[in-house]
Amino acid sequence: MLAKRIIPCLDIRNGRTVKGINFENITDVGDPVEMGQLYSEQGADELVYLDITATHEKRKTLPQLVRRIAKNLNIPFTVGGGVSELSDAEVLLENGADKLSINSAAVTQPEIITKLAGKYGSQFVVVAVDARFENGEWEVYVNGGRKPTGRELFSWVREAEERGAGEILFTSMNHDGTKNGYAVEALKRMAAEVSIPVIASGGAGQKIHFKEVFEKTEAEAALAASVFHYGEIPIPSLKKYLAGEGLPVRV
Amino acid sequence: MKTAIVKYNAGNIQSVAFALERLCREGVITDDPKQIENADKVIFPGVGEASSAMRFLEEKGLDRVIKNLRQPVLGICLGLQLMCEFSEENHTQCLNLFPAKVKRFDTNLKIPHVGWNQVYNLRSPLFEGVEEGSFVYFVHSYFAELNQYTIAGTEYGNRFSAAIQFNNFTATQFHPERSGKNGERILKNFLDL
Repeated sequence: MLAKRIIPCLDIRNGRTVKGINFENITDVGDPVEMGQLYSEQGADELVYLDITATHEKRKTLPQLVRRIAKNLNIPFTVGGGVSELSDAEVLLENGADKLSINSAAVTQPEIITKLAGKYGSQFVVVAVDARFENGEWEVYVNGGRKPTGRELFSWVREAEERGAGEILFTSMNHDGTKNGYAVEALKRMAAEVSIPVIASGGAGQKIHFKEVFEKTEAEAALAASVFHYGEIPIPSLKKYLAGEGLPVRV
Repeated sequence: MKTAIVKYNAGNIQSVAFALERLCREGVITDDPKQIENADKVIFPGVGEASSAMRFLEEKGLDRVIKNLRQPVLGICLGLQLMCEFSEENHTQCLNLFPAKVKRFDTNLKIPHVGWNQVYNLRSPLFEGVEEGSFVYFVHSYFAELNQYTIAGTEYGNRFSAAIQFNNFTATQFHPERSGKNGERILKNFLDL
């Protein structure tokens, strides 16, 4: 039985795990490798590391960090944040990243998905999509949710799949940070429209939100950050709860 | 006591080397036939596409080297598929070490099969200390059929070989290097064969 995955997301700046709201009030919450190992021991199924360091500094620090994570972690991890060229991707993969998440670059130059999937295989390519629901339509945003693109969400996700994405990581900007639950309706439609796995992101605040997203949609995984970092929802108790609700999880 | 990790045009090879480091074992990533032939153990890992991987192995003469190895060999993921007879992925003739065909998942489920799934009917020293129904990490779109040398099975739409063993050749479709404590135990069991 394939388990539904629980994925903590760690934001990285200058090699440290940080937490902030909309890039403001950023605080240091720990060492990315130590936090990753702790999550792994607690039963996280996978980790996502998102580098929010300024691009020019990232070129130096990120490959070293990825190498350190790959050396120490015994579960899969995805790295994202500013991958804009094939060469960036290559360096991260050579240092042991299991998957890459591409966001803005995928929208502005979609052929990067095709190239990455062709060279390394679809399983390396996670296309991350940030979108906002407004005036009856879901619009894709880039640059960390700051720039609207005019692109409609579901057609974009289908294109990403056709170009070779292996998974979609969808963050609803309307739900992110609210702790009121995932964007269940949008996720339901998305997971039904594509045949690759969809990872739900944005809105987790309580255990029941994870149950809802797995019961009401075909999302394969649920990602969250603050509820895990601040210990609001310990992963072992979340897994136990989901198993008790009859959901397939790895315990 | 060196383990050679076969270097070819497939991904995730570095993570296997790191997994050996975590077990305090020495691993050398190499495409040198001599080094591979002289190693105590050989790991044939990889994530990628079957036909281009086979072409690369043939160009380097590594196909014959691998087939003729007498020491314990562990194929992982694409490694397992290449050790089978034939892969539907771009109609590729493979190394034919296991009498199994590799097929694409034909289901209404999500493809690739990504994530943690359970292994059953464990019957090999490779799984010593690993419980029936343990979760291990998979990421693949093609699978090897069940056959007489299957030593573990998994179900995703249909049942398929999670691991195969014949003579000195063992292979897993899942990634022991990314399968937490269970994976570490399986890798250690192989290295202690």
